[in-house]
Amino acid sequence: MKAETKKVLVDPLVDNNPITLQVLGICSALAVTSQMKTSIIMAIALTVVVACSSAAISMVRNHIPSSIRIIVQMTIIASLVIVVDQILKAFVYDVSKQLSVFVGLIITNCIVMGRAEAYAMKNSPWDSFVDGIGNGLGYSLILLIVAFFRELFGAGKLFGIEILKLTKDGGWYEPNGLMLLPPSAFFIIGLIIWAFRSWKPAQVESADFKISSIAHGEGGHH
Amino acid sequence: MEAYISLFVKAVFIENLALSFFLGMCTFLAVSKKISTAMGLGVAVMVVQTLTVPANNFIYNALLKEDALSWIGVTGVDLSFLALLSFIGIIAAMVQILEMILDKYFPALFHALGIFLPLITVNCAILGGSLFMLERDYDFGESVVYGVGSGLGWALAIVVMAGVREKLKYSDIPEGLRGLGITFITAGLMSLGFMAFSGIQL
Repeated sequence: MKAETKKVLVDPLVDNNPITLQVLGICSALAVTSQMKTSIIMAIALTVVVACSSAAISMVRNHIPSSIRIIVQMTIIASLVIVVDQILKAFVYDVSKQLSVFVGLIITNCIVMGRAEAYAMKNSPWDSFVDGIGNGLGYSLILLIVAFFRELFGAGKLFGIEILKLTKDGGWYEPNGLMLLPPSAFFIIGLIIWAFRSWKPAQVESADFKISSIAHGEGGHH
Repeated sequence: MEAYISLFVKAVFIENLALSFFLGMCTFLAVSKKISTAMGLGVAVMVVQTLTVPANNFIYNALLKEDALSWIGVTGVDLSFLALLSFIGIIAAMVQILEMILDKYFPALFHALGIFLPLITVNCAILGGSLFMLERDYDFGESVVYGVGSGLGWALAIVVMAGVREKLKYSDIPEGLRGLGITFITAGLMSLGFMAFSGIQL
């Protein structure tokens, strides 16, 4: 594999993660993560759509007049999402019911539009495809981490298989109901961001105001 | 009438698009640094939502639903798989029209909204509203109420969030948590507050 291709593929995992750094595609990351199964299907669906739409948009990039490019991109993305939606309905109907509107919302998932606009409009189809896969994987990584904690601590299960035996079945683990509710997803993503940024200090945002320490008469730690 | 009121309250508080379904999160987190801009965006979302949900409802019932085309003599045609594509098309067109009208008749408001107006096209709260309308089978009257209510709920959430963040920037936050991280946790706490509404039976 060429060094450039590898960089495009690996970069979005941690260094330039779409969720924690580019702040894209958060809606679905929060909403579908109460179970591993739904999140893995969502992750696959999104990765396929990003990769294919980036490749398709990149193929026609020199023929799109820039004034209508958003509409053209939207149409391509929407068509791919319809295909994915119909496939999910045909083969995994129960999961498709659980995901409800969130499969359709891949259309407005900012990762898809963002990569089309920022990368596919300027690069060759193959590179765009790899870039799409990379960003899809970066998204999947966060989705699976969040789902892992939410399902394990909220229901004591992973992929529906019991890991921690619940007290109501005679086991020792008292499930934390908060983990299954929406707010927990916010907290977990917040903490993941904290962990990522402690690991890679270059990602830390600069403060709006500095705390000045009066005793030393100079700006304290920043 | 009572049914409409309870649907409205449900759309604003109990099923708040931003805080219990996480829709429109990207803009919710990115544009909530100042109350004034948050207010502008909130109003824009509300207007677009009020227009698009009923419009999509009408298009779906008149053209796409199974046997909907029987009024021109075509039966047995089910175009509902085209719902996604036509919804996003209608939203894009609606935003474009709104932009032109505002530019012509209300230039002050147009400049205040600036870049946010076109961005609304890709705001998932808008498409999400239409998809929920479809999933829950609202009729035309209900879709109008749901459109207004869900738009108002989203606007309320982003303005409150901006209020919190304006104060938050003076606080001393651990380095890695600064900016995006603490915003997520704040949103989580707000969402927890909105969960309190969920026990209300209407």
